[in-house]
Amino acid sequence: MQALILSHYTLVSALGRGLDATLAALRGRRSGLSRCDFPDVDLNTWIGRVDGLEEAPIIGDLGRFDCRNNRLAQLTLRQDGFEHAVAAARERYGAHRIGVILGTSTSGILETELAYRRRDPKTGALPSAFNYQHAHNNFSIADFTRRYLELGGPALAISTACSSSAKVFASAQRLIASNVCDAAVVGGVDSLCLTTLYGFSALELVSDRPCRPADARRNGISIGEAGGFALLEKAPTGTDEIALLGYGESTDAYHMSSPHPEGRGAARAMREALQRSGLAPDEIDYINLHGTATKANDIAEDRAVCSIFGEATPSSSIKGWTGHTLGAAGIVNAVVSCLSIREGFAPGSLNTEALDPEFAGWILLEELEKPVDYVLSNSFGFGGNNASLVFGRVN
Amino acid sequence: MRVFVEGVSVIGPGLDGWENSRAILTGRESYVEDELPQLTGAKLPPAERRRATSVTKLALESAEQAIPAGRDPKQMATVFASSGGEVEIIHRIFSELATPERQISPTQFHNSVHNAASGYWSIATASQCASTSLSCFDDSFSAGLLEAAVQTVAEAIPVLLVAYDFPPLPPIAESRPLRAPFGTALLLNAEKSVHSLMELRIAFDAGQPQALSRMSDPSLEALRAGNPAARGLPLLAALAAGKPASIVLSCSLTGSLPVQALPCA
Repeated sequence: MQALILSHYTLVSALGRGLDATLAALRGRRSGLSRCDFPDVDLNTWIGRVDGLEEAPIIGDLGRFDCRNNRLAQLTLRQDGFEHAVAAARERYGAHRIGVILGTSTSGILETELAYRRRDPKTGALPSAFNYQHAHNNFSIADFTRRYLELGGPALAISTACSSSAKVFASAQRLIASNVCDAAVVGGVDSLCLTTLYGFSALELVSDRPCRPADARRNGISIGEAGGFALLEKAPTGTDEIALLGYGESTDAYHMSSPHPEGRGAARAMREALQRSGLAPDEIDYINLHGTATKANDIAEDRAVCSIFGEATPSSSIKGWTGHTLGAAGIVNAVVSCLSIREGFAPGSLNTEALDPEFAGWILLEELEKPVDYVLSNSFGFGGNNASLVFGRVN
Repeated sequence: MRVFVEGVSVIGPGLDGWENSRAILTGRESYVEDELPQLTGAKLPPAERRRATSVTKLALESAEQAIPAGRDPKQMATVFASSGGEVEIIHRIFSELATPERQISPTQFHNSVHNAASGYWSIATASQCASTSLSCFDDSFSAGLLEAAVQTVAEAIPVLLVAYDFPPLPPIAESRPLRAPFGTALLLNAEKSVHSLMELRIAFDAGQPQALSRMSDPSLEALRAGNPAARGLPLLAALAAGKPASIVLSCSLTGSLPVQALPCA
């Protein structure tokens, strides 16, 4: 397929604001997870919370979009010069030629959850300040972002649970390949809310400790929040850049909330991503796993990985740093994949003490310093929805 | 972009499947906004049928009815387009989260994701093909049509677009009133085949629609305006008539999606 360069990208997560903070935490092996202190949540768990959103409202023309999720989007757009890079691209291509395709699983529903606490005792009505379209609806994140960036190309929100912000790369690639646009802002934003905290608890998938991907005693996820964006463009000739080289999408056709035990759909997504990239499995230098730290996900992913790559490709999950950022997990992994290529390192799984002896794949426990040219990045979600991406150097 | 429609379905109040609705959509029979046809989810395994919501069943029935004999659901990608997704289950979760106990059930939670219908579809059909669930508020139908058309052209695989929306329950309904449930599906293919019903030429235009297509029947027009999935009604009417037509849909809330429908002759 036609490779697209990530000419600019940025990330805000529990590790901090922007690429430098993210990289410093990854290389310094500092987790962003902390004991759950989310307002009005009484759960014995750890979360990856982004600091400062409470003091960063959206004001002015776009004030109607103010909610935790869009605040996180706004904060992220302001890191690493991302909004300025998009403004320059807007000059080059025209606002109408840049699409906005973003992933989210819960959008601004925290506002709705809070509004349900303040229903009128007589009529049951929500408070008048409740704004369905600009906070709750899934499209809100894409609508806010393209208005903030003043873009007029096609805009849409993809919501396939935890694969959402990986699948945006596939949609954007197709839109650009079909000449509907010349460039696209992709990524995703998901923020903490009660539905996911209590929902994953109901499924008994939330750990009472910082999550331990691939550990023999792993007992569930730590939920996090994150926002991330990338600007995708066709590669100008003669550049040395990091590019999206392939994508693969699949479904498990197995169960709504449990992965297929052999990772059937996951393997299919990885195989398709490799196929589109034109790379052989042994050319991949590092696999950035979905690695949520649930019993079922990690072993299924290990089996899927080994069915394609054997046991010789270093891999790890970064959920021990950021937590599982759900609809933002795809872009978190994408940005970390780019950093891995840029800096020449593969992070070792954080919090993992004793590897599960059932695992056959090569899980890094310590950071591996080596040139990284090609990374495969996994994101899997409820509904058995899978997406794998291949990133690499083009020159 | 050029795609061919190989199958089409419609489910809404007084619209019980494509064959029963064609005369209404072309204006040969008058439209009566009647009951919604019964949604059974017959294709689902029993456990999933018990758990699936009405919203999911609407999406699945719409999907199934659009697949012509001779086309295998395991060999097509899917695009599920919905503004609000699982509105009923979301209301129940929010109500529960407003109580001191906050007892959400595991099934409720996994049923609440926007891609619940997509997940149930892949289980029902055993299809492992790519499946996307998207939202574009009132323009979810046209966003889904654009996504599906681009995918079938770029990847040379049939793509099933399923657009569906249910009215949210009170109290969200007061901020987001929808008129009635509505579902429709279109099977698109980049190549002309024995299944081709009509050809569509689709382009994205960043400008506001100059002349937005509407329904001439006032009740159908109210349905069109009152449900994001029903925003596709003008295109469905063109498919029902089978004659050349130019349709303009709103797209991405600020742009438009002009669609030319041409008979396949």
